[in-house]
Amino acid sequence: MSKRVGLEASHAAAEAARMADVDVIAAYPITPQTHIPERLAEMVADGELTAAYIPVESEHSALSACLGAAAVGARVFTATAGQGLELMHEVVYVASSMRYPMVMTVCNRALSAPLSVWGDHSDAMAVRDTGWIQVFCQNSQEAFDMTLWAFRVGEDPRVLLPVMVHFDGFHLSHVTEPVILPEQEEVDRFLPRFHYPFALDPDKPMTHGAFGPPEIYSEAKIAQEVAFRKSKDVILQGFQEFGDIFGRYYRLIESYRAEGAKLLLVTMGSFSETATIAIDTKRNKGESVGLISLRLWRPFPFEELHQAAKDAETLIVFDRSISLGGPGGPVYSEVRSALYSEKDRPKVVSFIGGLGGRDMSVKDFEYVIDRGREIAEKGSKELFETVGIRGKVTGIRG
Amino acid sequence: MEAESIKFGKNLVTREEFVAEGHSFCVGCGEALALRLASKALGRNVIIANATGCIEICTSPLPVTSWRVPWIHTLFENTAATASGIEAGLKILMKKGKMPERDIKCVAVAGDGGTSDIGVQALSGAFERNHDFLYLCFDNEAYMNTGIQRSSATPYGASTTTAPAGKFSIGQTTWKKNMPEIAVAHNIPYVATACPSYPFDLMKKVRRGREVKGPAYIHIFSPCPTGWRHATDLAIEIGRLAVETGIFPLYEVENGRYKLNVDRPKLKPVEEYLKLQGRFRHLVDEEIAGIQEHVDEGYARLKAKVACFAA
Repeated sequence: MSKRVGLEASHAAAEAARMADVDVIAAYPITPQTHIPERLAEMVADGELTAAYIPVESEHSALSACLGAAAVGARVFTATAGQGLELMHEVVYVASSMRYPMVMTVCNRALSAPLSVWGDHSDAMAVRDTGWIQVFCQNSQEAFDMTLWAFRVGEDPRVLLPVMVHFDGFHLSHVTEPVILPEQEEVDRFLPRFHYPFALDPDKPMTHGAFGPPEIYSEAKIAQEVAFRKSKDVILQGFQEFGDIFGRYYRLIESYRAEGAKLLLVTMGSFSETATIAIDTKRNKGESVGLISLRLWRPFPFEELHQAAKDAETLIVFDRSISLGGPGGPVYSEVRSALYSEKDRPKVVSFIGGLGGRDMSVKDFEYVIDRGREIAEKGSKELFETVGIRGKVTGIRG
Repeated sequence: MEAESIKFGKNLVTREEFVAEGHSFCVGCGEALALRLASKALGRNVIIANATGCIEICTSPLPVTSWRVPWIHTLFENTAATASGIEAGLKILMKKGKMPERDIKCVAVAGDGGTSDIGVQALSGAFERNHDFLYLCFDNEAYMNTGIQRSSATPYGASTTTAPAGKFSIGQTTWKKNMPEIAVAHNIPYVATACPSYPFDLMKKVRRGREVKGPAYIHIFSPCPTGWRHATDLAIEIGRLAVETGIFPLYEVENGRYKLNVDRPKLKPVEEYLKLQGRFRHLVDEEIAGIQEHVDEGYARLKAKVACFAA
């Protein structure tokens, strides 16, 4: 029997790693870390989990140690956030390009300067193109579910890729919510034992990470891209199997009262739940609005977005990070670009807010919807507009 | 099946090559020779973690490889961290019964830049965490693979592309970082220096480094004809002179106990070593005297340690 307990999202992710019986955890407490590695260290110390916990001397080494452990066939987990993810940036590419399955939770934070340990999506956007499968969570249950699911998908022999599970720093990572924990037997049924087919072994010597001269680098990268996009089939299969065993079915793009809505708010992460209340308020007033929330960020769910946006006249994309000097929020850019070739494409409006731990209230989302509709009808002088930021923001031009 | 061994006096050396022929090291490379000797001493039950550098580039251009043992390269500065993961991974997989118990040693291989500059943090961390691995630093005293740029292991007075000798510069203005002593300061069980000019000593040390439990560090002096601008048939002689002048003494530190492996009653003058290399060509007598003084002092300090903490 599964049980319902109160768990901090960080502890929920740690619990998922424990139930996945990870072999190696390497982590570093850069400001900001989360309770995930602390909880896992405790589990190892208490014998609740048999694993090697490597208390490395930096985030760069954390992910580097994960590479080594994955190369010999261990099930590997790490957790980071913000500056830590930036420091390991170089290694992030290597993990995916060398096709090492591993799971990393990222409790999304702002980036310096000014120094901020609080939440936004700047860290996630910096690793957007690194070739990791990336999902966003909205609550503690999802922090558990996505972490478990991530092992299943990344380790699938058809995939063999690392998976990043994003959930908002503080707004989610430090929040205690009810979480349904499954039985170990169910987890074992969902997640088979990991067998890495290319493990380094003196009996079968293999060279990992040879350098790519110009005659071969391009082919290697394109092969990686094809494999990465193909992972979508297994991603979907993983969600199906997850639902069949645990009863919770996830989709690449989640929606809330979006059916037939003329205006859609587009969000990612835990702020989506706040936005649903604004949607309710608006719907109660008879406005034709709904919400879609991206769960899968990479590989980008183009088909699902087309499907979700097909009846909408306006999409208002709310971003929690800035692409400095760019066209608008990073999620906005992706969404607009994905819909550009549609014959009857909707208008797409960019809003940025919730930076560096700034909260977004229901009222803020109501404002975004009202003002977004106005921009869609009459236009705006700015490339994007902001919400919850003091003073009038002008000069966001091309 | 074990390959045939060749007998050199008391020493048996396997005929088996673990780094295959057909690599692209420069003619007369001291590092390639040192690597060959080290790999023979290591045998096949190893996993090599290689930093970016000459060895990596010269042995692994896709789609071919020189490596007949399992080998991994990920990045430049993280080799000791990657090795940490390999070691911890093997150990836990064996403990959990997911892999049969066996003796596989993780051996990290890096150059002087990858060790004493950009990789020193990861290396210090791996030492401190007491991973059971062997770290081989092949020291050719500059970033040779990238084009002879100075590193902290470049000796005083050497001309490199980023610290060139010129009207207002002697070239490298700092003394070589003492990496073996930095390793010793971590209180790891085994530290040694080696040089391919002393092949049996090198292989003996590599075997010892493979045997000990815990971190072991071997700093291997690797003459580089390309970067040092010496004749391609001089790598062995230059290595020997580095030892005989006291510029690169051969010693071991096992559990804090020092042992000098080659101890000549009288050191040769450093000039004999310096004059064979184009990188020191600009040095005037006064500078050479300064280097002599520094080498003498360093050697005396080492001898004092040997006397104080004898093996």
